[in-house]
Amino acid sequence: MTPVVMAAAETAAATGSTGEQVTFWICGTLAVVGALGLILSRKTVHSALFVALTMINLAVLFVTNGAPFLGLVQVIVYTGAVMMLFLFVLMLVGVDTSDSLVETLKGQRIAALLLILGFGLMLVLVLGSALNGITAVGVAGADEAAGGNVEGLARLMFTTYLLPLEVVASLLITAALGALVLAHRERWAPRQDQAQMLKQRMARYKETGEHPGPLPNPGVLATSNAIGTPALLPDGSPTDLSIPAPLRGSVHSRIAGRPDEIEADVAEVAQIASGQETTRPEALGPVTGHEDPATEQADEQADQHADDQDGGKA
Amino acid sequence: MDPSAYVILSAVLFSLGGLGVLLRRNAIVVFMSVELMLNAANLAFVSFARMHGNLDGQVIAFFVMIVAAAEVVVGLAIIMTIFRTRRSVSVDEPHLLRN
Repeated sequence: MTPVVMAAAETAAATGSTGEQVTFWICGTLAVVGALGLILSRKTVHSALFVALTMINLAVLFVTNGAPFLGLVQVIVYTGAVMMLFLFVLMLVGVDTSDSLVETLKGQRIAALLLILGFGLMLVLVLGSALNGITAVGVAGADEAAGGNVEGLARLMFTTYLLPLEVVASLLITAALGALVLAHRERWAPRQDQAQMLKQRMARYKETGEHPGPLPNPGVLATSNAIGTPALLPDGSPTDLSIPAPLRGSVHSRIAGRPDEIEADVAEVAQIASGQETTRPEALGPVTGHEDPATEQADEQADQHADDQDGGKA
Repeated sequence: MDPSAYVILSAVLFSLGGLGVLLRRNAIVVFMSVELMLNAANLAFVSFARMHGNLDGQVIAFFVMIVAAAEVVVGLAIIMTIFRTRRSVSVDEPHLLRN
């Protein structure tokens, strides 16, 4: 255990009131704020960060309660490992997934609020009255007897709590195995090589007329050369095929792909070229996504293509 | 400092975690709320250990942390498997585990 943390714990335990009270009120408030943020924020990433805030503050409270080892384990295991694991899974699942606000069960929100309010009030009142007037003995004596907090924990863990420790160890191994089994994906179809994929592509071209060559590059226009900008076909119409599947249909590609916007750009360039004043129409009307059946079909094909590639890599 | 303040704080955090479990639909947020409840219980254990003046409560809190870590590993793997087949992590899909 680092001496700094031990010293902080000792001073907190020794000076007792004022210093500890300040710590409690700051960290306790922040912990509650983090818990509220977890519930109230629409985006899942924000929820995860709020939980991390709560956990760090709880770690500080552990230290002030005379548990410096648990405080450090809390920071390392919870905020370091568990919350980052959550963030990894969030990134895999999709950062943009936010909750729907539609109630599927009628009155569920109100019922849940009332239930939790009653439960919380009961807990607080019962605990408050039961623990009223109790003074803490403090773990300093127990730490002294064992030669330190970590030594005391270790002594208990390997004597009194030896059986639970073994059980928990086997639980950890089982959990690791379980995660391996759950995350394993069976390969149902044999792996396809390049020649087979080429044959399939040409067969699709024969049947549906799908373009067998590479997809068009992103558009490079006067307004934007971002990857969300659709390429222009030879007849001047924008095509969604040049936009990567995750961006397709997003606000960026919709704005960049507005035909009237592109026409305005072309007109502006022509005016600049002819040396006139630029008069750019500001009111271009509301942003509308252009969703025609051809685009949908292309989406599906692109998704299928991506799946094929995934299967090839796995 | 009155030790019951910590226990009351842990009760408040536990209730907020329960509220998150009941209100949110995203399976990952529900899972994080469960973690919050476990953490609140840990705070209660640690402050009880301080009240009694022995380290047993801290050992129990340590075990709770280990169990929570194992739970996170398996739970997130299940969520990933469900997401792979359903393309959604909402807990509102009612017939998910039927059949």
